[in-house]
Amino acid sequence: MRNFAYQRAGNVTQAYTLHGNDNSADFIAGGTNLIDMVKLDIMRPERLVDVNLLPLTEIEELDDGRLKIGALVTNTDLAYDERVTTRYPVLSEALLAGASTQLRNVATTAGNVMQRTRCPYFRNPSRPCNKREPGSGCGALDGINRNHAVLGGSDKCIAVHPSDMCVGMQALGATITVEGPDGPREIPFEEYHLLPGDTPEREHDLRDGELITHVTLDAPIEGAKSHYLKLRDRMSFEFALASCAAVVALDGDTIREARIALGGIATKPWRSHEAEAALKGKPATEATFQQAAEAALAGAVPHRDAAFKIPLAKQAIVRALSTVTR
Amino acid sequence: MADTPTTHEQRTGFNEAETTVAKRTGPAGRADAAATTQQITLTINGEKHTLEVEPNVVLLDALRERLDLTGSKKGCDHGQCGACTVLINGHSANSCLTLAVMHEGSEITTVEGLAKDGQLHPVQEEFLEHDAYQCGYCTSGQMMAAVSMLNDKRIGTDDASVKEAMSGNICRCGAYKNILSAVQSAREKV
Repeated sequence: MRNFAYQRAGNVTQAYTLHGNDNSADFIAGGTNLIDMVKLDIMRPERLVDVNLLPLTEIEELDDGRLKIGALVTNTDLAYDERVTTRYPVLSEALLAGASTQLRNVATTAGNVMQRTRCPYFRNPSRPCNKREPGSGCGALDGINRNHAVLGGSDKCIAVHPSDMCVGMQALGATITVEGPDGPREIPFEEYHLLPGDTPEREHDLRDGELITHVTLDAPIEGAKSHYLKLRDRMSFEFALASCAAVVALDGDTIREARIALGGIATKPWRSHEAEAALKGKPATEATFQQAAEAALAGAVPHRDAAFKIPLAKQAIVRALSTVTR
Repeated sequence: MADTPTTHEQRTGFNEAETTVAKRTGPAGRADAAATTQQITLTINGEKHTLEVEPNVVLLDALRERLDLTGSKKGCDHGQCGACTVLINGHSANSCLTLAVMHEGSEITTVEGLAKDGQLHPVQEEFLEHDAYQCGYCTSGQMMAAVSMLNDKRIGTDDASVKEAMSGNICRCGAYKNILSAVQSAREKV
Protein backbone atom coordinates (compact mmCIF):
# COMPACT_ATOMS: atom_id res chain seq x y z
CA MET A 1 0.00 0.00 0.00
CA ARG A 2 1.39 3.42 -0.88
CA ASN A 3 2.18 5.68 2.02
CA PHE A 4 0.44 8.86 3.14
CA ALA A 5 0.59 11.44 5.87
CA TYR A 6 -1.64 10.78 8.86
CA GLN A 7 -3.25 13.45 10.99
CA ARG A 8 -5.75 13.15 13.80
CA ALA A 9 -8.50 15.72 14.24
CA GLY A 10 -9.97 16.51 17.65
CA ASN A 11 -13.07 18.36 16.51
CA VAL A 12 -15.10 19.07 13.38
CA THR A 13 -13.47 22.40 12.58
CA GLN A 14 -10.03 20.91 12.91
CA ALA A 15 -11.09 17.99 10.70
CA TYR A 16 -12.12 20.07 7.70
CA THR A 17 -9.26 22.50 8.24
CA LEU A 18 -6.72 19.67 8.19
CA HIS A 19 -8.46 18.19 5.17
CA GLY A 20 -8.28 21.39 3.14
CA ASN A 21 -9.70 21.66 -0.33
CA ASP A 22 -6.92 20.59 -2.68
CA ASN A 23 -8.18 17.00 -3.09
CA SER A 24 -4.98 15.54 -1.67
CA ALA A 25 -6.63 14.34 1.54
CA ASP A 26 -9.37 11.94 2.59
CA PHE A 27 -11.14 11.54 5.90
CA ILE A 28 -10.77 8.16 7.55
CA ALA A 29 -13.27 6.78 10.07
CA GLY A 30 -13.72 2.97 10.04
CA GLY A 31 -11.50 2.72 7.00
CA THR A 32 -12.98 -0.60 5.87
CA ASN A 33 -13.71 0.71 2.38
CA LEU A 34 -10.96 3.32 2.09
CA ILE A 35 -8.01 1.12 3.10
CA ASP A 36 -9.21 -1.60 0.75
CA MET A 37 -9.18 0.92 -2.09
CA VAL A 38 -5.78 2.37 -1.18
CA LYS A 39 -4.41 -1.19 -1.19
CA LEU A 40 -5.92 -1.65 -4.67
CA ASP A 41 -4.21 1.63 -5.65
CA ILE A 42 -7.51 3.06 -6.90
CA MET A 43 -7.56 5.79 -4.25
CA ARG A 44 -4.30 7.61 -3.72
CA PRO A 45 -4.63 10.04 -0.81
CA GLU A 46 -1.51 11.98 0.08
CA ARG A 47 -2.94 12.65 3.52
CA LEU A 48 -5.48 10.94 5.73
CA VAL A 49 -7.36 12.88 8.39
CA ASP A 50 -8.52 10.54 11.16
CA VAL A 51 -11.94 11.69 12.42
CA ASN A 52 -12.49 8.97 15.00
CA LEU A 53 -12.04 11.34 17.95
CA LEU A 54 -14.86 13.63 16.81
CA PRO A 55 -17.91 13.71 19.12
CA LEU A 56 -20.24 12.20 16.52
CA THR A 57 -21.05 8.83 18.11
CA GLU A 58 -24.53 9.52 19.49
CA ILE A 59 -28.03 8.71 18.28
CA GLU A 60 -30.48 11.36 19.41
CA GLU A 61 -34.24 11.58 19.21
CA LEU A 62 -35.38 15.07 18.20
CA ASP A 63 -38.52 16.82 19.47
CA ASP A 64 -40.13 16.61 16.04
CA GLY A 65 -39.88 12.81 16.04
CA ARG A 66 -36.83 12.57 13.81
CA LEU A 67 -33.77 10.50 14.71
CA LYS A 68 -30.38 12.18 14.45
CA ILE A 69 -27.52 9.75 13.88
CA GLY A 70 -23.90 10.77 14.44
CA ALA A 71 -21.54 10.16 11.54
CA LEU A 72 -19.39 7.80 13.62
CA VAL A 73 -22.17 5.50 14.88
CA THR A 74 -21.12 2.05 13.71
CA ASN A 75 -23.33 -0.01 11.42
CA THR A 76 -23.66 -2.59 14.24
CA ASP A 77 -24.70 -0.06 16.88
CA LEU A 78 -27.19 1.58 14.52
CA ALA A 79 -28.70 -1.75 13.47
CA TYR A 80 -29.33 -2.83 17.07
CA ASP A 81 -30.41 0.56 18.49
CA GLU A 82 -33.85 0.03 19.99
CA ARG A 83 -35.24 3.20 18.40
CA VAL A 84 -34.16 1.87 15.01
CA THR A 85 -35.38 -1.70 15.49
CA THR A 86 -38.79 -0.52 16.69
CA ARG A 87 -39.44 2.58 14.58
CA TYR A 88 -37.32 1.94 11.50
CA PRO A 89 -37.05 -1.85 11.15
CA VAL A 90 -36.27 -1.56 7.43
CA LEU A 91 -33.03 0.24 8.33
CA SER A 92 -32.02 -2.35 10.90
CA GLU A 93 -32.71 -5.14 8.42
CA ALA A 94 -30.80 -3.38 5.66
CA LEU A 95 -27.77 -2.81 7.89
CA LEU A 96 -27.68 -6.41 9.07
CA ALA A 97 -28.00 -7.62 5.49
CA GLY A 98 -24.79 -5.79 4.60
CA ALA A 99 -21.17 -6.96 4.90
CA SER A 100 -20.00 -9.15 7.80
CA THR A 101 -20.08 -8.76 11.57
CA GLN A 102 -16.42 -7.65 11.64
CA LEU A 103 -17.01 -4.99 9.00
CA ARG A 104 -20.26 -3.73 10.55
CA ASN A 105 -18.50 -3.42 13.94
CA VAL A 106 -16.09 -0.91 12.43
CA ALA A 107 -17.89 0.68 9.47
CA THR A 108 -19.59 3.97 10.27
CA THR A 109 -22.83 5.64 9.20
CA ALA A 110 -21.09 8.37 7.19
CA GLY A 111 -18.58 5.91 5.79
CA ASN A 112 -21.43 3.74 4.54
CA VAL A 113 -22.99 6.78 2.85
CA MET A 114 -19.59 7.45 1.23
CA GLN A 115 -18.77 3.86 0.22
CA ARG A 116 -17.82 3.39 -3.39
CA THR A 117 -18.90 0.97 -6.06
CA ARG A 118 -17.76 -2.65 -6.30
CA CYS A 119 -17.62 -2.45 -10.10
CA PRO A 120 -14.64 -4.69 -11.04
CA TYR A 121 -13.54 -2.23 -13.73
CA PHE A 122 -13.46 0.58 -11.16
CA ARG A 123 -11.54 -1.64 -8.75
CA ASN A 124 -8.89 -2.71 -11.25
CA PRO A 125 -6.46 0.08 -12.14
CA SER A 126 -5.44 -1.71 -15.36
CA ARG A 127 -9.00 -1.46 -16.76
CA PRO A 128 -10.72 1.56 -18.26
CA CYS A 129 -13.13 3.36 -15.94
CA ASN A 130 -14.62 6.81 -16.39
CA LYS A 131 -15.35 7.07 -12.67
CA ARG A 132 -11.75 6.40 -11.63
CA GLU A 133 -10.10 8.04 -14.62
CA PRO A 134 -12.46 10.36 -16.51
CA GLY A 135 -12.28 9.89 -20.25
CA SER A 136 -10.70 6.42 -20.14
CA GLY A 137 -13.95 4.71 -21.14
CA CYS A 138 -16.31 2.29 -19.41
CA GLY A 139 -15.16 -1.32 -19.38
CA ALA A 140 -18.50 -2.57 -18.15
CA LEU A 141 -20.79 -1.27 -20.91
CA ASP A 142 -19.56 -3.91 -23.36
CA GLY A 143 -17.79 -6.08 -20.83
CA ILE A 144 -18.82 -8.43 -18.06
CA ASN A 145 -21.74 -6.53 -16.60
CA ARG A 146 -23.79 -9.06 -14.66
CA ASN A 147 -23.49 -7.00 -11.46
CA HIS A 148 -24.20 -3.67 -13.08
CA ALA A 149 -27.02 -1.17 -13.04
CA VAL A 150 -30.20 -1.32 -15.08
CA LEU A 151 -31.46 2.01 -13.68
CA GLY A 152 -29.71 5.37 -13.54
CA GLY A 153 -26.85 4.50 -15.86
CA SER A 154 -25.37 6.55 -18.68
CA ASP A 155 -23.15 5.87 -21.68
CA LYS A 156 -20.24 6.72 -19.36
CA CYS A 157 -20.98 4.53 -16.34
CA ILE A 158 -23.29 1.74 -15.15
CA ALA A 159 -21.64 1.03 -11.79
CA VAL A 160 -24.00 -0.02 -8.99
CA HIS A 161 -24.12 1.80 -5.67
CA PRO A 162 -23.36 -1.02 -3.23
CA SER A 163 -24.95 0.12 0.03
CA ASP A 164 -27.86 -1.60 1.74
CA MET A 165 -28.08 0.99 4.53
CA CYS A 166 -28.56 3.79 2.02
CA VAL A 167 -31.48 1.98 0.40
CA GLY A 168 -33.20 1.78 3.77
CA MET A 169 -32.54 5.47 4.41
CA GLN A 170 -33.74 6.38 0.93
CA ALA A 171 -37.10 4.73 1.64
CA LEU A 172 -37.44 6.29 5.10
CA GLY A 173 -36.45 9.77 3.99
CA ALA A 174 -33.49 11.47 5.62
CA THR A 175 -31.30 14.55 5.66
CA ILE A 176 -27.52 14.57 5.52
CA THR A 177 -25.81 17.31 7.54
CA VAL A 178 -22.38 18.35 6.35
CA GLU A 179 -19.95 20.91 7.69
CA GLY A 180 -17.04 22.67 6.03
CA PRO A 181 -15.27 25.98 5.75
CA ASP A 182 -18.55 27.66 4.70
CA GLY A 183 -20.40 26.33 7.74
CA PRO A 184 -22.96 23.57 8.12
CA ARG A 185 -25.64 22.78 5.56
CA GLU A 186 -28.29 20.14 5.02
CA ILE A 187 -28.78 17.98 1.95
CA PRO A 188 -31.89 15.86 1.36
CA PHE A 189 -30.78 12.23 1.21
CA GLU A 190 -32.31 11.81 -2.21
CA GLU A 191 -30.18 14.63 -3.62
CA TYR A 192 -26.93 13.55 -2.01
CA HIS A 193 -25.84 10.78 -4.38
CA LEU A 194 -25.54 11.89 -7.99
CA LEU A 195 -26.37 10.05 -11.19
CA PRO A 196 -23.25 9.37 -13.29
CA GLY A 197 -24.41 11.21 -16.41
CA ASP A 198 -21.36 12.64 -18.18
CA THR A 199 -19.40 13.01 -14.91
CA PRO A 200 -19.35 9.61 -13.14
CA GLU A 201 -16.36 10.79 -11.10
CA ARG A 202 -18.76 13.14 -9.26
CA GLU A 203 -20.59 10.80 -6.90
CA HIS A 204 -22.15 13.08 -4.33
CA ASP A 205 -23.11 16.62 -3.49
CA LEU A 206 -20.22 17.23 -1.11
CA ARG A 207 -18.06 20.29 -1.63
CA ASP A 208 -14.30 20.19 -1.18
CA GLY A 209 -13.35 19.81 2.43
CA GLU A 210 -16.86 19.16 3.70
CA LEU A 211 -17.46 16.43 6.23
CA ILE A 212 -20.67 14.53 6.99
CA THR A 213 -21.55 15.08 10.64
CA HIS A 214 -25.02 13.51 10.89
CA VAL A 215 -27.76 11.67 9.06
CA THR A 216 -31.22 12.53 10.38
CA LEU A 217 -34.09 10.17 9.60
CA ASP A 218 -37.52 11.63 8.94
CA ALA A 219 -40.13 10.94 11.61
CA PRO A 220 -41.74 7.55 11.02
CA ILE A 221 -44.91 7.53 8.93
CA GLU A 222 -47.75 6.89 11.34
CA GLY A 223 -48.93 3.31 11.31
CA ALA A 224 -46.40 2.24 8.71
CA LYS A 225 -44.67 -1.11 8.56
CA SER A 226 -41.40 -1.64 6.78
CA HIS A 227 -39.22 -4.41 5.41
CA TYR A 228 -35.92 -4.87 3.53
CA LEU A 229 -35.59 -7.79 1.13
CA LYS A 230 -32.16 -8.52 -0.32
CA LEU A 231 -31.59 -11.05 -3.10
CA ARG A 232 -28.01 -12.18 -3.77
CA ASP A 233 -25.83 -15.03 -5.01
CA ARG A 234 -25.35 -16.40 -1.49
CA MET A 235 -27.34 -15.83 1.67
CA SER A 236 -24.78 -13.84 3.62
CA PHE A 237 -21.75 -11.54 3.18
CA GLU A 238 -22.60 -10.69 -0.41
CA PHE A 239 -23.75 -7.60 -2.26
CA ALA A 240 -27.30 -7.39 -3.59
CA LEU A 241 -28.30 -8.43 -7.08
CA ALA A 242 -31.57 -6.71 -6.31
CA SER A 243 -33.01 -5.39 -3.07
CA CYS A 244 -36.15 -3.57 -2.03
CA ALA A 245 -36.89 -1.39 0.97
CA ALA A 246 -40.63 -1.04 1.40
CA VAL A 247 -42.45 1.23 3.85
CA VAL A 248 -46.24 0.96 3.74
CA ALA A 249 -49.10 2.40 5.79
CA LEU A 250 -52.56 0.92 5.25
CA ASP A 251 -56.06 2.25 5.88
CA GLY A 252 -57.93 -1.02 6.06
CA ASP A 253 -56.94 -2.72 2.83
CA THR A 254 -56.09 0.52 1.06
CA ILE A 255 -52.53 1.80 0.77
CA ARG A 256 -52.44 5.23 2.42
CA GLU A 257 -48.70 5.85 2.10
CA ALA A 258 -45.89 3.92 0.45
CA ARG A 259 -42.16 4.33 0.01
CA ILE A 260 -40.12 2.11 -2.28
CA ALA A 261 -36.34 2.16 -2.63
CA LEU A 262 -34.20 -0.26 -4.60
CA GLY A 263 -30.63 -1.49 -4.30
CA GLY A 264 -28.27 -3.61 -6.37
CA ILE A 265 -29.76 -2.45 -9.66
CA ALA A 266 -29.06 1.28 -9.82
CA THR A 267 -26.21 3.76 -9.91
CA LYS A 268 -27.42 5.38 -6.68
CA PRO A 269 -29.68 4.30 -3.81
CA TRP A 270 -32.84 4.34 -5.89
CA ARG A 271 -36.09 5.83 -4.71
CA SER A 272 -38.97 4.88 -6.99
CA HIS A 273 -41.60 7.60 -6.96
CA GLU A 274 -43.18 5.78 -9.91
CA ALA A 275 -43.79 2.69 -7.81
CA GLU A 276 -45.08 4.79 -4.93
CA ALA A 277 -47.57 6.59 -7.20
CA ALA A 278 -48.80 3.21 -8.44
CA LEU A 279 -49.44 2.11 -4.85
CA LYS A 280 -51.03 5.10 -3.14
CA GLY A 281 -54.78 4.87 -2.78
CA LYS A 282 -54.88 1.38 -4.28
CA PRO A 283 -55.92 -1.89 -2.65
CA ALA A 284 -53.04 -3.85 -1.12
CA THR A 285 -53.20 -6.76 -3.53
CA GLU A 286 -50.61 -8.63 -5.56
CA ALA A 287 -52.03 -7.07 -8.72
CA THR A 288 -51.31 -3.61 -7.32
CA PHE A 289 -47.80 -4.66 -6.27
CA GLN A 290 -47.12 -5.98 -9.77
CA GLN A 291 -48.22 -2.66 -11.27
CA ALA A 292 -45.86 -0.86 -8.92
CA ALA A 293 -43.02 -3.20 -9.92
CA GLU A 294 -43.69 -2.56 -13.61
CA ALA A 295 -43.71 1.19 -12.96
CA ALA A 296 -40.43 1.03 -11.02
CA LEU A 297 -38.58 -0.82 -13.78
CA ALA A 298 -40.25 0.88 -16.76
CA GLY A 299 -37.09 2.78 -17.68
CA ALA A 300 -34.67 -0.09 -17.05
CA VAL A 301 -31.92 -0.79 -19.58
CA PRO A 302 -31.12 -4.51 -19.98
CA HIS A 303 -27.33 -4.58 -20.34
CA ARG A 304 -26.22 -7.95 -21.71
CA ASP A 305 -25.46 -9.92 -18.54
CA ALA A 306 -27.63 -7.84 -16.21
CA ALA A 307 -30.96 -8.19 -18.00
CA PHE A 308 -32.05 -10.79 -15.43
CA LYS A 309 -32.05 -8.05 -12.81
CA ILE A 310 -35.16 -6.48 -14.28
CA PRO A 311 -37.50 -9.41 -13.52
CA LEU A 312 -35.55 -10.09 -10.32
CA ALA A 313 -36.09 -6.55 -9.05
CA LYS A 314 -39.78 -6.70 -9.94
CA GLN A 315 -40.11 -9.89 -7.93
CA ALA A 316 -38.24 -8.30 -5.04
CA ILE A 317 -40.72 -5.41 -5.00
CA VAL A 318 -43.75 -7.70 -5.10
CA ARG A 319 -42.38 -9.95 -2.40
CA ALA A 320 -41.29 -7.10 -0.11
CA LEU A 321 -44.73 -5.50 -0.46
CA SER A 322 -46.48 -8.83 0.15
CA THR A 323 -44.42 -9.34 3.30
CA VAL A 324 -44.94 -5.85 4.67
CA THR A 325 -48.72 -5.84 4.12
CA ARG A 326 -49.27 -9.36 5.40
CA MET B 1 -10.42 37.57 7.01
CA ALA B 2 -8.70 39.00 10.04
CA ASP B 3 -8.67 35.72 11.91
CA THR B 4 -7.23 33.60 9.17
CA PRO B 5 -4.68 31.33 10.78
CA THR B 6 -1.27 31.59 9.29
CA THR B 7 1.04 28.97 10.70
CA HIS B 8 0.56 25.27 10.32
CA GLU B 9 0.27 24.92 14.06
CA GLN B 10 -2.43 27.58 14.32
CA ARG B 11 -4.26 26.15 11.38
CA THR B 12 -4.29 22.58 12.55
CA GLY B 13 -3.91 22.73 16.28
CA PHE B 14 -1.16 20.18 15.88
CA ASN B 15 2.55 20.88 15.83
CA GLU B 16 4.74 19.15 13.32
CA ALA B 17 6.02 16.64 15.85
CA GLU B 18 2.52 15.26 16.28
CA THR B 19 1.76 14.81 12.63
CA THR B 20 3.53 12.54 10.26
CA VAL B 21 4.17 13.95 6.86
CA ALA B 22 4.96 11.07 4.59
CA LYS B 23 6.49 11.34 1.22
CA ARG B 24 4.43 9.85 -1.53
CA THR B 25 5.96 6.52 -2.45
CA GLY B 26 5.43 3.96 -5.18
CA PRO B 27 2.62 1.38 -5.10
CA ALA B 28 4.56 -0.86 -2.75
CA GLY B 29 5.09 2.00 -0.28
CA ARG B 30 8.61 0.92 0.64
CA ALA B 31 12.04 2.45 1.16
CA ASP B 32 11.58 6.20 1.43
CA ALA B 33 8.58 5.84 3.74
CA ALA B 34 11.00 4.80 6.47
CA ALA B 35 11.73 8.41 7.32
CA THR B 36 8.09 9.01 8.19
CA THR B 37 7.59 6.65 11.09
CA GLN B 38 5.84 7.71 14.23
CA GLN B 39 5.89 6.23 17.67
CA ILE B 40 2.71 4.66 18.99
CA THR B 41 1.77 2.61 22.02
CA LEU B 42 -0.64 -0.26 21.48
CA THR B 43 -2.34 -2.20 24.26
CA ILE B 44 -2.38 -5.82 23.14
CA ASN B 45 -3.62 -8.65 25.35
CA GLY B 46 -3.30 -6.28 28.30
CA GLU B 47 0.32 -5.35 27.63
CA LYS B 48 1.57 -2.06 26.30
CA HIS B 49 3.88 -2.16 23.31
CA THR B 50 5.64 0.92 21.99
CA LEU B 51 6.69 0.74 18.37
CA GLU B 52 7.61 2.87 15.38
CA VAL B 53 5.29 2.54 12.38
CA GLU B 54 4.70 4.24 9.08
CA PRO B 55 1.12 5.52 8.68
CA ASN B 56 0.37 2.88 6.03
CA VAL B 57 1.08 -0.09 8.31
CA VAL B 58 -2.17 -1.93 8.98
CA LEU B 59 -2.76 -3.35 12.43
CA LEU B 60 -2.31 -6.92 11.14
CA ASP B 61 1.18 -6.18 9.85
CA ALA B 62 2.13 -4.38 13.06
CA LEU B 63 1.08 -7.45 15.04
CA ARG B 64 2.79 -9.98 12.81
CA GLU B 65 5.86 -8.20 11.51
CA ARG B 66 6.74 -5.87 14.38
CA LEU B 67 5.53 -7.71 17.46
CA ASP B 68 5.89 -11.35 16.37
CA LEU B 69 2.23 -12.00 17.22
CA THR B 70 1.74 -14.29 14.23
CA GLY B 71 -1.46 -15.99 15.42
CA SER B 72 -3.52 -13.49 13.41
CA LYS B 73 -3.28 -14.61 9.79
CA LYS B 74 -3.16 -12.77 6.50
CA GLY B 75 -5.50 -14.37 4.00
CA CYS B 76 -7.00 -11.96 1.50
CA ASP B 77 -5.70 -8.69 3.03
CA HIS B 78 -9.00 -7.04 1.93
CA GLY B 79 -11.52 -7.84 4.65
CA GLN B 80 -13.12 -10.69 2.77
CA CYS B 81 -11.79 -13.80 4.56
CA GLY B 82 -11.70 -13.00 8.28
CA ALA B 83 -8.38 -14.78 8.98
CA CYS B 84 -7.00 -11.56 10.49
CA THR B 85 -9.90 -11.07 12.93
CA VAL B 86 -8.94 -9.58 16.29
CA LEU B 87 -10.96 -7.86 19.01
CA ILE B 88 -10.77 -4.09 19.21
CA ASN B 89 -12.35 -2.89 22.44
CA GLY B 90 -14.11 -6.24 22.68
CA HIS B 91 -15.61 -6.33 19.20
CA SER B 92 -14.38 -8.32 16.22
CA ALA B 93 -12.62 -6.38 13.48
CA ASN B 94 -10.56 -7.13 10.39
CA SER B 95 -7.04 -6.11 11.42
CA CYS B 96 -6.04 -5.90 7.73
CA LEU B 97 -8.39 -2.94 7.16
CA THR B 98 -7.39 -0.64 9.96
CA LEU B 99 -4.20 1.35 10.46
CA ALA B 100 -1.99 0.70 13.48
CA VAL B 101 -1.65 4.46 14.05
CA MET B 102 -5.41 4.66 14.59
CA HIS B 103 -5.27 2.42 17.66
CA GLU B 104 -3.39 4.24 20.36
CA GLY B 105 -5.68 3.76 23.35
CA SER B 106 -7.61 0.81 21.92
CA GLU B 107 -7.72 -2.51 23.79
CA ILE B 108 -6.63 -5.11 21.27
CA THR B 109 -7.03 -8.83 21.86
CA THR B 110 -5.42 -11.42 19.59
CA VAL B 111 -5.62 -15.19 19.68
CA GLU B 112 -2.46 -15.16 21.79
CA GLY B 113 -4.45 -13.42 24.51
CA LEU B 114 -7.31 -15.94 24.76
CA ALA B 115 -5.69 -18.49 27.06
CA LYS B 116 -5.27 -17.34 30.65
CA ASP B 117 -2.81 -18.80 33.18
CA GLY B 118 -2.11 -21.81 31.00
CA GLN B 119 -5.84 -22.54 30.67
CA LEU B 120 -7.34 -22.49 27.18
CA HIS B 121 -10.33 -20.25 26.56
CA PRO B 122 -13.59 -22.26 26.34
CA VAL B 123 -13.81 -21.43 22.63
CA GLN B 124 -10.32 -22.89 22.08
CA GLU B 125 -11.22 -26.00 24.09
CA GLU B 126 -14.38 -26.56 22.10
CA PHE B 127 -12.58 -26.08 18.76
CA LEU B 128 -10.24 -28.88 19.88
CA GLU B 129 -13.07 -31.02 21.17
CA HIS B 130 -15.17 -30.67 18.01
CA ASP B 131 -12.27 -30.93 15.55
CA ALA B 132 -13.36 -27.56 14.17
CA TYR B 133 -10.51 -27.12 11.70
CA GLN B 134 -8.49 -28.94 9.13
CA CYS B 135 -5.50 -26.91 7.93
CA GLY B 136 -5.96 -24.40 10.76
CA TYR B 137 -5.19 -21.25 8.81
CA CYS B 138 -8.58 -19.62 9.43
CA THR B 139 -8.89 -20.96 12.98
CA SER B 140 -7.57 -18.03 14.98
CA GLY B 141 -9.86 -15.67 13.06
CA GLN B 142 -12.79 -18.04 13.53
CA MET B 143 -12.16 -18.20 17.27
CA MET B 144 -11.83 -14.44 17.65
CA ALA B 145 -15.07 -13.93 15.72
CA ALA B 146 -16.72 -16.54 17.94
CA VAL B 147 -15.53 -14.91 21.17
CA SER B 148 -16.81 -11.52 19.99
CA MET B 149 -20.16 -12.98 18.92
CA LEU B 150 -20.69 -14.94 22.14
CA ASN B 151 -20.03 -11.78 24.15
CA ASP B 152 -22.41 -9.68 22.05
CA LYS B 153 -25.85 -10.31 23.51
CA ARG B 154 -27.52 -8.46 20.66
CA ILE B 155 -26.80 -11.37 18.32
CA GLY B 156 -29.25 -14.29 18.26
CA THR B 157 -28.24 -17.64 19.73
CA ASP B 158 -29.82 -20.06 17.23
CA ASP B 159 -27.74 -21.83 14.58
CA ALA B 160 -28.95 -19.55 11.77
CA SER B 161 -27.92 -16.45 13.70
CA VAL B 162 -24.50 -17.94 14.44
CA LYS B 163 -23.93 -18.83 10.79
CA GLU B 164 -24.94 -15.32 9.75
CA ALA B 165 -22.79 -13.67 12.43
CA MET B 166 -19.75 -15.72 11.39
CA SER B 167 -20.13 -15.38 7.64
CA GLY B 168 -17.18 -12.99 7.59
CA ASN B 169 -14.85 -15.93 8.31
CA ILE B 170 -14.15 -18.19 5.38
CA CYS B 171 -12.90 -21.77 5.85
CA ARG B 172 -11.75 -23.30 2.58
CA CYS B 173 -11.33 -26.72 4.18
CA GLY B 174 -15.06 -26.55 4.84
CA ALA B 175 -15.01 -27.18 8.58
CA TYR B 176 -18.12 -25.05 9.03
CA LYS B 177 -20.28 -27.79 10.55
CA ASN B 178 -17.80 -28.48 13.32
CA ILE B 179 -17.09 -24.78 13.83
CA LEU B 180 -20.80 -24.25 14.42
CA SER B 181 -21.02 -27.06 16.97
CA ALA B 182 -17.84 -25.86 18.72
CA VAL B 183 -19.18 -22.33 19.00
CA GLN B 184 -22.56 -23.45 20.28
CA SER B 185 -20.92 -25.75 22.84
CA ALA B 186 -18.74 -22.91 24.07
CA ARG B 187 -21.77 -20.66 24.53
CA GLU B 188 -22.57 -21.95 28.03
CA LYS B 189 -18.95 -21.71 29.16
CA VAL B 190 -17.98 -18.15 28.32
